[in-house]
Amino acid sequence: MDNIQYILNGMMREALSPQTAAVAIAVIGLNIHFGYTGLINIGQSAFMLLGAYGFAIAIWHGLPMIVGILLGFGAAFVFALVLGAPTLKLRGDYLAIVTISAAEIIRYVGRSSLLTDFTGSAQGIPGSQYRDPFTGLSFFGGGSFTLIPFNYADVADGAAWVRLLGWLLAIVSIAALVYVLRSGDRFSGGARKGLVVLLVVWIVLLLLFLFPVANQRTGVNGWWVRFIAWSLVLLCSFLVYLLVSSPWGRLLRGIREDEDAVRSLGKNVFAIKMQALVIGGLFGALGGMMYVLPASVQPDSMGRSLTFFCYTALLLGGAATIFGPVLGSVIFFAARIGIKYTAAAYVPDSVLNGQQTEQFSYIVVGVALMLIVIFRPQGILGNKRELQFNV
Amino acid sequence: MSDATISPSGLADPAARAALVAGFDAVPGAPKPDPILVVDNIVRQFGGMTAVDVQHLEVQRGIITALIGPNGAGKTTFFNLVTGFDRATTAGKGAHWSFDGRTLDKTSASSVAKAGMVRTFQLTKALNAMTVIDNMMLGAQGQVGENLLRSVFRPAWRDQEREVEAKADELLQRFKLYEKKYDYAGSLSGGQRKLLEMARALMSDPKMIMLDEPMAGVNPALTQSLLGHIQALRDEGMTVLFVEHDMHVVRHISDWVAVMAEGRLVAEGPADTVMSNPAVIDAYLGAHHDTDLGDDSLLSDEVLEELAEEVAAEDAEREAEEQAEGLR
Repeated sequence: MDNIQYILNGMMREALSPQTAAVAIAVIGLNIHFGYTGLINIGQSAFMLLGAYGFAIAIWHGLPMIVGILLGFGAAFVFALVLGAPTLKLRGDYLAIVTISAAEIIRYVGRSSLLTDFTGSAQGIPGSQYRDPFTGLSFFGGGSFTLIPFNYADVADGAAWVRLLGWLLAIVSIAALVYVLRSGDRFSGGARKGLVVLLVVWIVLLLLFLFPVANQRTGVNGWWVRFIAWSLVLLCSFLVYLLVSSPWGRLLRGIREDEDAVRSLGKNVFAIKMQALVIGGLFGALGGMMYVLPASVQPDSMGRSLTFFCYTALLLGGAATIFGPVLGSVIFFAARIGIKYTAAAYVPDSVLNGQQTEQFSYIVVGVALMLIVIFRPQGILGNKRELQFNV
Repeated sequence: MSDATISPSGLADPAARAALVAGFDAVPGAPKPDPILVVDNIVRQFGGMTAVDVQHLEVQRGIITALIGPNGAGKTTFFNLVTGFDRATTAGKGAHWSFDGRTLDKTSASSVAKAGMVRTFQLTKALNAMTVIDNMMLGAQGQVGENLLRSVFRPAWRDQEREVEAKADELLQRFKLYEKKYDYAGSLSGGQRKLLEMARALMSDPKMIMLDEPMAGVNPALTQSLLGHIQALRDEGMTVLFVEHDMHVVRHISDWVAVMAEGRLVAEGPADTVMSNPAVIDAYLGAHHDTDLGDDSLLSDEVLEELAEEVAAEDAEREAEEQAEGLR
């Protein structure tokens, strides 16, 4: 019981972590590239790294935070232009090749000892060098804070039956949500939307009740950075919703389906693909800035594997959907921690030691990605008729 | 239609069209009184193979012109070149074409479409994972909401969007696709996709529509309705240029026919007479199509010598022609 509580608490903590939110923002950008425009960008981590470098280096060298943010966006903007100019007129594969190599180039340049004064080479830039202006903005005050002050421990002293009942209720609620979402026409327009929103809010509150998360209010990894990160996730999702439900979004989907057809209708396909690449890259840069705020700027932590995590999260949640990237990121990171803790708790050390459980969790994630692509190519929220993974 | 030079009433009348085309010379590259498209010296080579080598072609405004020729004659390549989907080998070295008075020597496919010359494809390019109405609305020109910065402000494009949708509805009704408005284009039949592609092209109010094999893979019943639509377009004043293999179709609807073979324009003429042009028969059937190769009497030495001489003479002629071209 306590083991399970511990594992689920860990998953909840990971799901709410600012780095999950940061990856979600980067995945929202990747969704514009891959989901809506069909651009295969395998270098989203480079956009993140450039955003993080621009932000961290500027503040480290005494520039105001706003300059750092602009520098991070500027670096990603230029990077997108440089990558797009030669490749967007060619077939899609070329962008994939160029982005993955460019991402490695950026990472290796960042690691170079020649740039120690700027990038801190392989050691990276410690968070303490650039975090202060951000935490200084906090109006959350000091001390610690638990999200939802009322939790399971307050009912019958957190007895086992309270928790079991709660978990059962959570499972039933999630099942009900899935049922409502899949029921098609049974619930009409407004009622359906209302029911979905109500159920989502109820499930979130219930989960927070069952797995309370306590953190510092401000601190390195506190509620302040979480609040900003998740607010940005919502803001970015809303922005993407506005973009893709406009005629511009229709153009993106047209380009994804058939560039030549769109060209024959008198649209400047190159310019629109470039716009999509830049916009998605800017989301990536923003994600990168959030990613390093509670940690440090380390080129090796933002390499190929981060790009692949982004893709896994995107495909899991569902490409070409608004909330797919967010849901995918949350489930991806929570599930990975869940696997890791479960392996640590139930598999003896002689079989899997602490370090191996970490690796084991990634193996399971890889297998899960394969299973998704085979059995549910459209992801959790995706529309099979609109887009499935078939590259 | 903003263009005042088009006179729909005049050319909707078959007799008027017959009188108009009767005035054209039935020779390759014949001048026309009011050409909408003029093509000069457009050559496309793939390695050593010359796929297209058209010296001069004029397409008359307001009528249906068919472009025919055997397989591999370079019709589709010619289409691609003129619509900006391919680049002529002679680009910048004498290739020159103009549409509606505008020179198009170097413009991209999208600018060609914006100028008013919209094409369809031999293999239909319906956007399968989008709904029929989305397909249609993509075709409209000058949409404010397609600007990235303005796209996030719904009020900036909401009114225009409604107009575009109304126009799309009208076209869908005309092409009998209105019931499929919210269906995915991928769920339509092959013929319906052809109709959708044509309707989508019309969303941009083109002056000239280029159809690449509009009847390929369409059942006979739908062919009738497609033909009707094409004729209706002409009667409204649009210029139509289409590639087709089916001679019945060509004879039925085209006012003027241009014939290509081995990349060159070999003949032009009205549909009913161009088929009997010896150059056309040669192109389709070969110069010796009426010689029975199974006839033993042909196997005599005399006949073989005769044929060999003929071939040698032909080769010499071709060589001389090529040299003359090289000098030019």
